[in-house]
Amino acid sequence: METAGSKAIEVTDLTVAYQDKPVLWDIDLNVPPGVLLSIVGPNGAGKTTLIKAILGLVRPAAGSVLIYNKPYEAQRQIVGYVPQRGSVDWDFPTNVLDVVMMGRYGALGWVRRPGRQERELALQALEKVGMAVYATRQISQLSGGQQQRVFLARALVQDATVYLMDEPFQGVDATTERAIVTLLQELRANGKTVVVVHHDLQTVSDYFDWVMLLNIRRIASGPVDEVFTPDNLRETYGGRVAFMKTGK
Amino acid sequence: MIHNHLDILLIAIVTAVACALPGVFLVLRRMTLMSDAISHAILPGIVLAFFLTESLSSPLLILAAAGTGVLTVLFVELLQRTKLVKEDAAIGLTFPALFSIGVILISRFAGNVHLDMDAVLLGELAIAPLNRLKAFGYDLGPVALYVMGTILVLNLIFIFVFYKELKLATFDASLAAALGFTPTLIHYGLMTLVSVTTVGAFDAVGSILVVALIAGPPATAYLMTDKLSRMLILSAIIGSVNAVSGYWFASLFDVSIAGAIATMTLLVFGVIFLVVPNRGLIAIARRHARQKWEFAQTMLVIHLFNHEGLPEAETESAIADLHEHLSWDPTFTTQVVRYALHNRCVSQDEAQLILTEQGRAIAQQALVQ
Repeated sequence: METAGSKAIEVTDLTVAYQDKPVLWDIDLNVPPGVLLSIVGPNGAGKTTLIKAILGLVRPAAGSVLIYNKPYEAQRQIVGYVPQRGSVDWDFPTNVLDVVMMGRYGALGWVRRPGRQERELALQALEKVGMAVYATRQISQLSGGQQQRVFLARALVQDATVYLMDEPFQGVDATTERAIVTLLQELRANGKTVVVVHHDLQTVSDYFDWVMLLNIRRIASGPVDEVFTPDNLRETYGGRVAFMKTGK
Repeated sequence: MIHNHLDILLIAIVTAVACALPGVFLVLRRMTLMSDAISHAILPGIVLAFFLTESLSSPLLILAAAGTGVLTVLFVELLQRTKLVKEDAAIGLTFPALFSIGVILISRFAGNVHLDMDAVLLGELAIAPLNRLKAFGYDLGPVALYVMGTILVLNLIFIFVFYKELKLATFDASLAAALGFTPTLIHYGLMTLVSVTTVGAFDAVGSILVVALIAGPPATAYLMTDKLSRMLILSAIIGSVNAVSGYWFASLFDVSIAGAIATMTLLVFGVIFLVVPNRGLIAIARRHARQKWEFAQTMLVIHLFNHEGLPEAETESAIADLHEHLSWDPTFTTQVVRYALHNRCVSQDEAQLILTEQGRAIAQQALVQ
């Protein structure tokens, strides 16, 4: 599957619109396997929509998305998704382990219940994100950073090849942010492809090796060293970025 | 007569449990208002099916009404999707429209038949056992019990089989969609179930009180547990308790059974709301009160700690002047001092307050944080 030249994610001429208001204009994006890519752009640039379009959660007006040369529907099992933390109700009556096990639901398919094996995998994933001691904790009692780690564990338990994460650093403390970055880099080291919607331009070149600059249309995408330039940033943010350190 | 009592009680319990189970998911999806809408909007479906079959117990009635119920959900969501109308307004627009069609149909065409507005709105549990299922000359029991029993079994099967899917789609619909579980399908499956249940329960308790059966027990159970499976079981138990106690209340005071059950539902909720440990109103008030004293005590020990061993310590720790230094009410100061003495955070040395080891530790810890 991971032959040289194959593409983990291939977005071609993707346009997404709400009524006649375009949210994404004719996006092309090729993500090779084994890169850690961040999508950056101003608010309303369509970052979340792009992730959702790749996952088939919003219907494109034009264009296509391929995951390892096949449409998403055929590749659900190898794609892990981390939605925004605020997208769910954390007062839902369930505990940490249960939420993490949800990551196995796709592999289980309809009707089949999670069992001992799923429990084991979920506990291992919690171990990886440093949340094993919280396994039986009610989810409403978690801090923001802990919630984010639970969501990450839920994606890890899928044992996917491609990960799509929507703002995993939002509202987490510095310790959690470092822990998440280490985890992402571990995933990449294991040959996974990780796409992260990111907000903090300061950390792009430290955390990621690829970047996509997005503002409704694609400004640029590629290795950070090549495309994370002041010119591209100015084009993306419309001259609102005054002081930026770029490159390493 | 005793037979009759037992029949009514059984119908009430089965109806309550059948309503409470899908109600759990409505409460968690913040959609209890939708059950209100469905319970009213099914009226035109019932009336039209009644005209066709001329019977109130035909299965067609249930199907037609359930169809109208699902249609209601669809209308509400279509309106909402235009983004010109918010969900609550969409519900408020849809169900009175459908309900009024039913009302007009009844008043125009069904003036002389057995389908009156009181029965529609309030139901009549007392007469439910009169309509009996008979076969080969044997009395097999009230039809309503069979209808609600079947609906209860349907609900149990649906929730048991699709428990995992319902849980995921309710907690995180976008992940459910990404994993291929089509939350829309689960959503409409649940809504169909709610519609069917509402139609069945409507016969017994009417279209208004059915909402109490759907929303009451789950909302009560939600306060009592952190586990979905337990919330389902508790809802069923609470629904039964409400039905039994409501029926007992109604017999005692000779009032409407449905009204008494709904009253009990709210009463039980109110009691749980007050007394449940950790998140009940009383527990919260107690916690707040305790926090208030704890915090005052911390302020006191930090004050003593800051001046400890310094020349001004003697004046700063004089019990009689403490309230002036801290700008506290004298009575409050006395209470806090007593609280701190009781907790052995401070000790009294004639007119002075002296920190104990424990008090010093509390102050240091508070200052580090």
